[in-house]
Amino acid sequence: MATEFAFPDASARSAAAAQEFETEKMSLSMGPSHPSTHGVLRLQMELDGEVLTKCDPVLGYLHRGDEKIAENMTYNQFVPYTDRLDYLAPLANNVAYAIAVERLAKLEVPPRCQAIRLICCELARISSHLMGLGAYGIDVGAWSVFLYSFTEREKLYKLFEELTGARFTTSYTRIGGVSRDVPEGWTDRVNAFCDQFLPILDEILRLLTRNKIFMDRTVGIGVISKEDAIAYGLSGPNARGSGVTLDLRKDRPYCGYEQYEFDVPVGSNGDCYDRYLVRGEEMKQAVRIVKQAIAKFPGGDWYAKDARKIFAPPKDKVLTSMEELIQNFMIVTEGPQIPAGEVYFEAENPKGMLGFYIVSKGGGVPWRMKIRSPSFCNLSILPKVCRGEMISDVVSILGSLDFVMGECDR
Amino acid sequence: MTAPADVTAALQAKFSGITPRPSADHPAINVPNADVVAVLKYLRDEFAFDFLTDVTAIDWAEGTSPRFTVVWHLYSSTTHAYLRVASNCSSDTEPSMPTVVDLWPGANWHERETWDLLGIKFTGHPDLRRILMWDEYPYHPLRKEFPLAGIETALPDLEVAEETKTKVIAAPMVGGPFVASSGEVNPSDAEPRAKDESWNERREKPDEPNV
Repeated sequence: MATEFAFPDASARSAAAAQEFETEKMSLSMGPSHPSTHGVLRLQMELDGEVLTKCDPVLGYLHRGDEKIAENMTYNQFVPYTDRLDYLAPLANNVAYAIAVERLAKLEVPPRCQAIRLICCELARISSHLMGLGAYGIDVGAWSVFLYSFTEREKLYKLFEELTGARFTTSYTRIGGVSRDVPEGWTDRVNAFCDQFLPILDEILRLLTRNKIFMDRTVGIGVISKEDAIAYGLSGPNARGSGVTLDLRKDRPYCGYEQYEFDVPVGSNGDCYDRYLVRGEEMKQAVRIVKQAIAKFPGGDWYAKDARKIFAPPKDKVLTSMEELIQNFMIVTEGPQIPAGEVYFEAENPKGMLGFYIVSKGGGVPWRMKIRSPSFCNLSILPKVCRGEMISDVVSILGSLDFVMGECDR
Repeated sequence: MTAPADVTAALQAKFSGITPRPSADHPAINVPNADVVAVLKYLRDEFAFDFLTDVTAIDWAEGTSPRFTVVWHLYSSTTHAYLRVASNCSSDTEPSMPTVVDLWPGANWHERETWDLLGIKFTGHPDLRRILMWDEYPYHPLRKEFPLAGIETALPDLEVAEETKTKVIAAPMVGGPFVASSGEVNPSDAEPRAKDESWNERREKPDEPNV
């Protein structure tokens, strides 16, 4: 006699289970002081188990009101504030700001000044990416990368100190030039750094590129499509990681970038791993640019000599000549005299496109200055890209976006 | 694809009221308030200005009319051209502007920031909250009448106040420079602390925030 088995009804059972184990979404606040937020960012998350259903970034913990401050001081006085935007690449910020004001004043700086600024920008890029890479390694569980990259960054900071007098907050540029010429033998030391850096960089990247744990945590995680990258205004390595060929150094060259040969690395999948690869390659390209710039480092003036109402004359002349003394006095008290008008300049910074929109009514103080910070725009995609990811991947995504809150909150 | 120089002419043929705007670098246009979304959509679809790099506004100070101008900066990832689009807000006291979040999702945060700092309402914005200042902050600090030194404001956290039924008074922040009392023997008393000590461990917290 055949026995009839009564199979339990699966749907009825799951309904019963759902009643018994009633679940609800959990809201979790990550930050503002969390190691992976790289500063003071708070993520207000809504979790279904371990999966994010909502992610709302809360900004403003580092808001200083830089734009308001800029309206109340002369153009040169604002240079130190630009250091504190993306404080991992202050030299690049200085240059972007100086060029924006110079565009408004229709001022051309001599080739030597351009070359100095270009080398500064590229060294800042290496320094910023080294920091980003090291911190990213720690975020996903690889400690040693940080130690290697910090050693290299330290060497760069020695060079920065020699050039600008400060390691961190360089304030190197002035409107119409730079604060001082390069010291004797500095370019040789930069060259020597570049030579020893390339093999070490390969070594650093070898720690991650084929690392099983690193790949598990980054490949296919935090995918940003090409269309999204453009729609959300992503720039820098984050946009290029998604396959957007957007690089202002190539597209709208400034500082004489058109004279040098370099490639723009572009990712194909738009995941965390691609953004990492792009940064690694960008450092190699930066070295390439620096070496070319040093090979044909031009002589001549390092500031715009004819800009008598904008660039303060050298100190020895101020102390010995009446006319230069008056000139210096006027620039310090009234500020560099910039004509009325509107200008918008964006530079390709390590984090992306840093833009300055300056509205001037003439005189030494801007009427309105808006800073378009790449980190702010790069972070705005976070609610979209985090939805549906695991909570542990949020750390991975944050690290791969490589943002700086000093710049985001301004 | 049309060269950026022809953009103004092409727009003027299609829309009325578009005037060139003085600019020191990129081409710039003024657009009437009502046509903003249509013009920006047209620019994005027909002229490949696919990249909205920045949205901001200018305050021309109290007493001037129009007082507020909203500025969009467009960039083209294919032709590598910039374009500045500006539009004056019709009201000087309650400025508003249609949102472009539907065209570029990236405009979301830019518009929130403009609302936060300059107080321009973007009509149709899905989530127009403050972004850099805290939600309960009463001012728009980038307006010209707002003093550089700021205005002292209580930091009420509505969430906390609701939960605990207590008034939240922020710790004194106006102090500075930090001072250390000299001659104290106990090191914990010699710690540098904010000059303003309207309340601390020893002195009781006042009931009302002292403004």
